[in-house]
Amino acid sequence: MIGTAPSLSRTSASLLAIVVLLVALWLGAAIGETAIPMGVVAKTVANRLWDAGYRLDALDEGIIWNYRVSRAIVAASCGSALALSGVVLQSLLRNPLADPYILGISAGASTGAVGVAVLGIGAGLLTLPLGAFAGALLAFGLVSLLAMRAGRGNGAIILAGVAGSQLFNALTSLIVTKAANAEQARAIMFWLLGNLSGVRWPDVWLAVPVALVGLIFCLWHARALDAFTFGSESAASLGIPVRRVYAVLIGISAMMTATMVSIVGSIGFVGLVIPHVARMIVGVRHGLLLPVSALVGAVFMIAADIVSRIIIPGQVLPIGVVTALVGAPAFAVILSQRRTVR
Amino acid sequence: MNLSACNVSWSAGGGSILEDVSLDVVAGEFLGIVGPNGSGKTSLMSLLAGLRRPRSGRVLLDGESVDRLGRKEIAKRIALVEQQAETGERISARQAVELGRTPHLGPLTPWSAVDEAIVDEAIRNVGMAKLAARLWHTLSGGERQRLHIARALAQQPQILLLDEPTNHLDVGHQIGLLHLVRQQQLTAVAALHDLNHAAMFCDRVALMSGGRIAALGRPCEVLTEERIRTVFGVDVDVEHQGEGRCHIRYRAPGCPRGERPMLKRIS
Repeated sequence: MIGTAPSLSRTSASLLAIVVLLVALWLGAAIGETAIPMGVVAKTVANRLWDAGYRLDALDEGIIWNYRVSRAIVAASCGSALALSGVVLQSLLRNPLADPYILGISAGASTGAVGVAVLGIGAGLLTLPLGAFAGALLAFGLVSLLAMRAGRGNGAIILAGVAGSQLFNALTSLIVTKAANAEQARAIMFWLLGNLSGVRWPDVWLAVPVALVGLIFCLWHARALDAFTFGSESAASLGIPVRRVYAVLIGISAMMTATMVSIVGSIGFVGLVIPHVARMIVGVRHGLLLPVSALVGAVFMIAADIVSRIIIPGQVLPIGVVTALVGAPAFAVILSQRRTVR
Repeated sequence: MNLSACNVSWSAGGGSILEDVSLDVVAGEFLGIVGPNGSGKTSLMSLLAGLRRPRSGRVLLDGESVDRLGRKEIAKRIALVEQQAETGERISARQAVELGRTPHLGPLTPWSAVDEAIVDEAIRNVGMAKLAARLWHTLSGGERQRLHIARALAQQPQILLLDEPTNHLDVGHQIGLLHLVRQQQLTAVAALHDLNHAAMFCDRVALMSGGRIAALGRPCEVLTEERIRTVFGVDVDVEHQGEGRCHIRYRAPGCPRGERPMLKRIS
């Protein structure tokens, strides 16, 4: 939990993490409908960042820089943010099945974003991410209330989450359909299953800071999260201000989820599966679990995005389909393992 | 070190749980809290641990109201062992004990050799050194409860609060655990179910009934035949032993004083 017994030194582990992340981003930018050699990707980045002056095909350079690099960075931020939210929710709620998608937080964020974008709620005052944040908090509030009324049991919050996500997904579909424009079917797909096609550089400047701030806040509370191992009462007796930690960390999770949903739609199962994978790699201490989850989440999301682009030639599969195809079986495995662990 | 409850009352779900309870914990003693189910033992423990705020009255730690102390400040001085705190996480026995260092570490404080030594000592103290690497879910109830005590000791508290720590343990583990607590050079307050355990191990006993303290004092003064009959509705014979201690023998309902129905039937 708290003690450290690293086989790698902290610096070399961090360096390794950065290298892994850069390689993933590099592959994310190179692989796609038109495969572009890795060297060209590197030269494009060098041209753009340091004015290196390599002579490249303008079209390739444009595709790489304007579409692929920004897309890969946003995918990485999104994967990290969702994985971190999953770790936090699973630890605070002490439920291995908790994740922003299953608890309806993503669905609430979608509804909030759609409410602002399509209905114009809070016009001028609320931006898309803020609308999503309001929706996410509202959804989590409703789900927790329902779970509490249902008896606070371990399964209650998951069932309440199922009800919540169905409700908010229905609301999203209703709002989008009612607005009735030609793009409606695609828009519903976007908000329910996620899509990174529309991502550009301005999205990077929102996604990266949110993921980084989220990571720092979570790391700051790593020991507090450890202290929840035996429940909130036990955490309180270990000196953790339980209510404040709940409020801060649930707020941070909602903010991360909402921001990512407002950029790429709601993508499921990342927050559920990645924390479990990370626990298998480094164990349950949050000081290690959080950064490793963020890294694995980032790499997984870039990979899922690559698969979504190349699996059906000439078409882009919504990324949520890919994550669900991996995540749903993993959900089943976790569910059946839970019996043997307890 | 000084912990006391002054006229505390507490209610939950519209019903009053504790009514005007006052209690001074004497430094170095093992104080037992006994009473029927629902008499307010667990609530009193939570109030003493500062986990809940009394509706009225105050809990004082070294003369300061626990409301005013931060959670961390309290956790450095008071450790709580709950009835049965469980986890589904795959943590090792040692990791569970390491949690006890939480109140002494900030977000940026690195884990040090001192913390390591304190954890080692706590694990050795409860006789779990050989099992330190084992995973939590492979351990027995008694072993888990010993680790909870080790975790509490790693907090380096001055006062140890135990809420029915021997629930669900077999009699060997029950006695072993209370003996272990008794051996610590700490002030301990334990809510206990078994009156004989309280009589055997505690310096003083508080008998609770209906959210009030019905009696407080040495085991032989508090655990009298009349009181046990009034509070628990059970007929008993109390045998007095030396040093203010006593032994309680329960009588089967409808059985006259001093008779032992089983023995009679066998002979």
